[in-house]
Amino acid sequence: MRVRTTAAVASAAALTLLTGCGAADMTKQASPFANARGAKTVTLSVQSWVGAQANVAVAQYLLEHELGYRVDTVQVDEVPAWDALSQGRVDAILEDWGHPEQEQRYVEDKGTIAAGGDLGVTGHIGWFVPTYFAKKHPDVTDWKNLDKYADLLRTAESGGKGQLLDGSPSYVTNDKALVKNLDLDYQVVFAGSEAAQITQIKQFAKEEKPFLSYWYTPQWLFEKVPMTEVKLPPYKEGCDADPEKVDCAYPVTPLQKYLNADFAKKGGRAADLLKRFKWTTEDQNQVSLMIAEQKMRPEEAAKKWVDSHESVWKAWLS
Amino acid sequence: MATLTASTQKTAPPGFLTHPAVRKLLALAIAAAILVPLAVTQWGGATWPSALTVDVSEPLGRASDWIIDNRDSHPLFLYFFGHVSNVVVLAVRAVYLALLAVGWAGVTAIGALVAWRVAGVRLALGTAVAFLACGLLGMWVPTMQTLALMVVAVLASVVVGALLGLAAGLSDRMDRVLRPVLDTMQVLPAFAYLLPVVLVFGIGVPAAVLATVVYAAPPMARLTSLGLRGADKEVLEAVESLGTTARQRLLTARVPLARKELLLGVNQTIMMALSMAVIASVIGAGGLGDRVYQALASVDVGAALAAGIPIVLLAVVLDRVTGAAGEQHDGEPGRSPLTWLYALGAAAAVAVAGRLAGFLDWPDGWEVNIAEPVNRAVDWMTAHLYSGVPVVGGTADWAAHFTSWVLNPLRDGLQWLPWWSVLLAVAALAWLIGTWRTALTAVLAMAAIGVLGVWTPSLDTLSQVLAAVAVTLVIGFATGIAAARSDRFERLLRPVLDVFQTMPQFVYLIPVVALFGVGRAPAVAAAVVYALPAVVRITTQGLRQVDPAALESARSLGATSGQQLRQVQLPLARPALLLAVNQGVVLVLAVVIIGGLVGGGALGYQVVFGLAQGDLASGLVAGAAIVCLGLMLDRVTQPTARRTRKGA
Repeated sequence: MRVRTTAAVASAAALTLLTGCGAADMTKQASPFANARGAKTVTLSVQSWVGAQANVAVAQYLLEHELGYRVDTVQVDEVPAWDALSQGRVDAILEDWGHPEQEQRYVEDKGTIAAGGDLGVTGHIGWFVPTYFAKKHPDVTDWKNLDKYADLLRTAESGGKGQLLDGSPSYVTNDKALVKNLDLDYQVVFAGSEAAQITQIKQFAKEEKPFLSYWYTPQWLFEKVPMTEVKLPPYKEGCDADPEKVDCAYPVTPLQKYLNADFAKKGGRAADLLKRFKWTTEDQNQVSLMIAEQKMRPEEAAKKWVDSHESVWKAWLS
Repeated sequence: MATLTASTQKTAPPGFLTHPAVRKLLALAIAAAILVPLAVTQWGGATWPSALTVDVSEPLGRASDWIIDNRDSHPLFLYFFGHVSNVVVLAVRAVYLALLAVGWAGVTAIGALVAWRVAGVRLALGTAVAFLACGLLGMWVPTMQTLALMVVAVLASVVVGALLGLAAGLSDRMDRVLRPVLDTMQVLPAFAYLLPVVLVFGIGVPAAVLATVVYAAPPMARLTSLGLRGADKEVLEAVESLGTTARQRLLTARVPLARKELLLGVNQTIMMALSMAVIASVIGAGGLGDRVYQALASVDVGAALAAGIPIVLLAVVLDRVTGAAGEQHDGEPGRSPLTWLYALGAAAAVAVAGRLAGFLDWPDGWEVNIAEPVNRAVDWMTAHLYSGVPVVGGTADWAAHFTSWVLNPLRDGLQWLPWWSVLLAVAALAWLIGTWRTALTAVLAMAAIGVLGVWTPSLDTLSQVLAAVAVTLVIGFATGIAAARSDRFERLLRPVLDVFQTMPQFVYLIPVVALFGVGRAPAVAAAVVYALPAVVRITTQGLRQVDPAALESARSLGATSGQQLRQVQLPLARPALLLAVNQGVVLVLAVVIIGGLVGGGALGYQVVFGLAQGDLASGLVAGAAIVCLGLMLDRVTQPTARRTRKGA
């Protein structure tokens, strides 16, 4: 018994010695892999969709080649990324699709996250059917007629109902509530990831099969598989306030950047660059297409874009 | 069954009621006859009655909010968790910087020399090749990140495990308390460990390391305790008669005698830590696992493979080297410390030379891009094998058929069954195979799932587990029988099984997504592949250990080889077969849960969803349900034999 207590006391003492006495701040938790060997490191959160990868690839390329930083990227889902950002495990999120609850908590209340301005791209989420299907059945583009086509849209995973294909569970989505509140004969099927969803959509398109999918603009896939939006009941301010009772379309969102508050203040030229980073939908799509369709490595795609758009990014550096 | 009937004939009075299985069933039937009508009149319907559920998601959600709001001010976090977190970060960072400072040439040389001293020239070469391959694949930095995390996690696990094991090995009371806990932890899927640590530490390396320690320490504790308890009584008595104190006895006799178990424990801990360190990428562990995770999210099979190969190489090398360390020291006395000195000197020389020559970072030009050719191959496969192949149909067609002909009916069937009949079936199965204790635990675990309010998704997961186990057992038993009957086949099979058994669960998700797309079918396929090696191995061993005399006498009676197999070997190997079923079920569950990442749905999806949306409440409930499901499945398939053997 005595041996064990001595050991416990000793280890506790060692722990205190190691950490220095006093409080440890859980809000300042840099990644152990950051700033290795004196290099200045920026850690960027990269989300799973290709548009976000394009943002990060270009920012990373400029930070590394123009400003001499080392860039670590971490894949974190959208909501946990906010928490990681507030703790300083991540320095910046470059594309946020609107998380009012988190914004209130971290930006307004705690002040651990600073707004980083517009990305310059406007996003919109909606339900889409392939254009070849919409041409054959023009009335499918109104949600009121969706039930008529439920039979056509049935799959093995959706059971007896029509399938509404969703992507990653981490994306902003009200689809389950929408299906319930609009009383539709549909089942929401999560593909598990956006890439899986894209694979599925391409398989459908190859055989010209009909499908109904959660999708969003800007998105490079529209170039490959033209899709038409299904009109949902129009969006009104506040109609999506209660996630259980949503019965309207998704809003149009100007995508935002967010920086860790400390990083925003002390991040030097890297923070300045990320604050000024602003490009257009076409720019983003161009890089996304190179990554996703031509299967280029993100850094190569970024280099190609950077080489041909000097005037755009020069403004971010000054 | 043959053995059972034989035994009744021996004890004899023809009384059908004395048969233990019948007695158990009868008792159960009586209990059911009383309880079921009560339950049905009170709470009818097929799914778990809502009156009997407890909504824990609200308090859990409040707890999670409280933690986020108070993490920077509450003393519990400031003075305890904050320090824990900082220590972990500091330690991982120190190891990482050390690895980077030694450089790739140094790390490779040190690895190879250690492997040479411990395990011989062949493994040394293998180690060097493995490290170089990691670099060639362009994964040097992620490999070092994973290695740094692993070193810290393994050290912590070994220390914690050894202390617990020491306690359990020396004190009977501690042993009684710890054993059921450790037994249970052994069967839980890795995924269930992630959420609680995220709740406290947030996403990141500290959470990943702690989850790994919790997952990897139990085998060390078990084996330490086993080694201490298994020490030769006569040796101990001899030592005691020399008038030694208890501490001297422990240090000079019991611990050295348990060395083999201790080293086996270290080996097991390393393997489990590696497997967990990779899964923990879901909660921000970084390193190789993160690369696999990123690649899986974009179904970039080539990139996933480029990150997966180093994981497999690390696993195989670490397993072989630590395994060799355990075996080699057994017989011969330790080699002279002088050669160790030489080896270390040589390693240091290479490291310094590498540093001076500027061989620190892996040179950019030396990378081989395997992602592109692999992706081309996968594209070709999906284009040609995916669907519409004449006669056999494509892989996607198989997946769709498997989903609609096996998985859907099974799921719907299970969900259609009234809840009390599910409980009854669980009780009957568990009692027939085990004891009334295991049956009770199984039923309580299943009921807990209902109380938590996740009855329906749990049955969905259960249906996937059952389908995967069925496929695994059919293939596994067939392969096992073949391997037991043909030496040549077994020799061919062994290296394959070795490699498959050391691979972390995560890696299996990559090829199945390429072949079967997304959904429940690929999750099941990954589970089958993961569980097969263990089932094959246990079956083969069980069949081979059948008493040769029994076989000989059967042969002399003129039994054909098929008759020998059916009437002698299989019945006599029954305990081994049951153990294979048990292991198969536990392993399958672990992977079916991870299948949530590739569209497996149900409980695994809820955990992923909880992590992805930061909605820890729903994730934790699903995690608890997974724990209960694992407990139930283990107890239902737990043969009585395993108990007694372990107790011995």
